[in-house]
Amino acid sequence: MHDLKTVTALGGTTPRVDTFARVTIAENDGVALASVAARMGHEKTCHAALEKLLGAVPAVGRAVLHDPEAGFWMGPDQWMLGAPRATHELLADQLTALLGKAASVTEQTGAWVVFDITGPGMADLSERLCNVPIRRMQAGDVQRTVIHHMGCFVIRRQAEDHIRILGPRASAGSLHHALVEAAQSIA
Amino acid sequence: MIIDHPLLGPRDSAEFTYKGDARLIDRPDPEKGATAHDFYDYGYLRDNPAGWHEELWFHEAGDRSWLVVTRNTLTHEISKVELARDVARSRGRSK
Repeated sequence: MHDLKTVTALGGTTPRVDTFARVTIAENDGVALASVAARMGHEKTCHAALEKLLGAVPAVGRAVLHDPEAGFWMGPDQWMLGAPRATHELLADQLTALLGKAASVTEQTGAWVVFDITGPGMADLSERLCNVPIRRMQAGDVQRTVIHHMGCFVIRRQAEDHIRILGPRASAGSLHHALVEAAQSIA
Repeated sequence: MIIDHPLLGPRDSAEFTYKGDARLIDRPDPEKGATAHDFYDYGYLRDNPAGWHEELWFHEAGDRSWLVVTRNTLTHEISKVELARDVARSRGRSK
């Protein structure tokens, strides 16, 4: 057996953290993700299973910030579910077992890089990156948008100065560059 | 131009991609006797109206849904926006 070392999306052995005067950009390597799409004719079964798991089915443009599993709306009858990677590394398999034929589940952990942006400069940074109405967003609002030509999800988390950005993992370096550049411009 | 998404509300048209005439939903069905000429018509022939036009738009930078947008090609006024899947299902498609 090879002795393989895991690396983060940015290629480090530990998640990267960049601290600026008013904002902190932290790579979050601890999120397991899986997408769930209800199959035609099985929408009600799928909704019921999600409600049981999360406490509620994420509404349009909203997240359910539940613990340990959380989820947000991606499109009609489609959701992204997340959970701590340490305890739910096989999230997609667990959801497949739970949902059976009611939904199509796809592993997404390896497809996304997750950045947590926190600090009083968060809204200023966000405004320089994407056309999301960041100051109007409430905790749990989610919007898919474009940051430097990369399709990303922007999730307004519980804390007022915290957004989570999910971007394409294969472009993690480019997205990180965009975030750092914006952070420097508001410093 | 602003497209009033049926689920997400008003969104900048830069988030969308134009995907052609909404007639593309009505693909000829060979099992129901569609001829090669029907497919030629479907594949190549388009009306080019000066006025109201039903179009397919894809919300690429959003929820990835396909929409049927009724747009006036002279004024860019949009009178109706529907989810393409609702339109297709109402016409007996995607069953």
